[in-house]
Amino acid sequence: MELIRTVVIPVVYLVASFLFIMGIKWLSSPATARKGNLYSALGMFLAIVVTLFDQHILEFHWIMIGLLIGSLIGVILALKVEMTAMPQMVGLLNGFGGGASALVGMAEYYTHLHHGFPADPIKLTVAIGLSLLIGAVTFTGSLIAFGKLQGLVTGKVVKFPFQNPLNVLLVLAVITLIVMGIIDPVNQWLYIGLVGISLLLGVLLVLPIGGADMPVAISLLNSYSGLAGAATGFVIDNNMLIIAGALVGASGIILTQIMCKAMNRSLMNVLLGGWANAGSAAADTASGKDLVVKSIDSEELAMLFSGASRVIIVPGYGMAVAQAQHAVKELMDLLQKNGTDVRFAIHPVAGRMPGHMNILLAESNVPYERLYALEDINDDFRNTDITLVIGANDVVNPAARSNASSPIFGMPILNVDYSKTVIVVKRSMNTGYAGIENELFYMDNTLMYFGDAKDAIGRLNNELKGKA
Amino acid sequence: METSTFLMLIYVFVLASFVGFELINKVPPTLHTPLMSGSNAISGITIVGALVAAGQGDSFLSSILGFIAVIFATINVVGGYLVTDRMLKMFKKK
Repeated sequence: MELIRTVVIPVVYLVASFLFIMGIKWLSSPATARKGNLYSALGMFLAIVVTLFDQHILEFHWIMIGLLIGSLIGVILALKVEMTAMPQMVGLLNGFGGGASALVGMAEYYTHLHHGFPADPIKLTVAIGLSLLIGAVTFTGSLIAFGKLQGLVTGKVVKFPFQNPLNVLLVLAVITLIVMGIIDPVNQWLYIGLVGISLLLGVLLVLPIGGADMPVAISLLNSYSGLAGAATGFVIDNNMLIIAGALVGASGIILTQIMCKAMNRSLMNVLLGGWANAGSAAADTASGKDLVVKSIDSEELAMLFSGASRVIIVPGYGMAVAQAQHAVKELMDLLQKNGTDVRFAIHPVAGRMPGHMNILLAESNVPYERLYALEDINDDFRNTDITLVIGANDVVNPAARSNASSPIFGMPILNVDYSKTVIVVKRSMNTGYAGIENELFYMDNTLMYFGDAKDAIGRLNNELKGKA
Repeated sequence: METSTFLMLIYVFVLASFVGFELINKVPPTLHTPLMSGSNAISGITIVGALVAAGQGDSFLSSILGFIAVIFATINVVGGYLVTDRMLKMFKKK
């Protein structure tokens, strides 16, 4: 038995850590990604199985019932979710992970309360405090993110008076409670209070973040859930938890940074609700000048497309909500049959999650070689006959290049306005999530094609089929 | 916990963070969503702590908290890996 505890379990944990690292490494290429995910899952399976041999585990019925219930819910959620709902799904799962870390922190606290704390409790209580704080913030923060994306909570930027001072105050309160918990570890109310404040903090931190910034928020929460796991690793003195948690924590931070760079904004700016007062700048561009938009119907559009040899499609959140990805794929097929070169330009923060558009297009069987990242395609718009923008707003707004007073000034955008003709598929003239007026719509080479993305592309496809 | 053990845990944390930074820097945007969801599933590793907490069986409160933690972490792990696999299945070459 001693051999299991001192050798077998740590060695299997090492193997699992190795599998997690390889898994993430292989996730970085479409060719090996599925294998990578499988390796990572295998690592998790090994870790779970070998943990069951831990000599501290005396009762199995709770564990078995818990594993069964959790697996059932996990399988149902994973198989039922629509690809368009993936951002909120990942957000929700993330929340469960964070919640689990906080619960383990609390359970460990009560175990120590029962069996006594070490003579020098500082390291233990700080670790418990951190796992409670980060875990609880991740839990409620992710639930709010889920609610926002699912439409249960407003997707708008929520501002209230003394917002930031209040958050600072709550963080200070948490730190105070951790310090008091070190001094008086047997006072359970300090820890319960800590959890309560952290849960509130999670809500308050994510509530002000607008829908357009959700990719950043989700990625950051993902990072937190990793850090919560690592903190739990410190609580139970377990290397594997620390390794896995640190991997996730670091990768989440990097992704967050990549996204902030894609929006040319600092993380602080996102967290404090950056685009909140975008309304005033919007008025400047639109009013004063007598701007007119030209609209086009499906018949004319089909004629335009039959004469085009190079087309770039720019998908945005509008395509996702309308579930138009399959219609878009059909359009690609029709155009290709006609000899047209069709490519897709994907802005790094298009949609509600990084890479959201790639997933939707992959779902509708668009080969990933057809998808181009911003820096790989931006110079090609000049030589493009038609750029079709489907439900994207802010990522194609030329104001980011030209209007220094615009809130998105400096953000790298897709240069769709350089192409010969721009078609914008949109339901109405409403502004995008950032709430900023878009000059692109009023340009001479821009034609508006109004309608729900799925509907509009469907009508276009029918016209094109009629021509064939 | 011995200070030397604690320092060793800090070492592990710092080194693993570096590995994480290095691994992600090269990931193309195409895979950002599956990557996020895959790493999210890995964060469910906290299930190891949950299993121990749920199985100790000497403090009722710990067992209950551990039990809920097992459910939460299992949802995260099972749901996370399955959903990631569903997404990755779609990235096939034509």
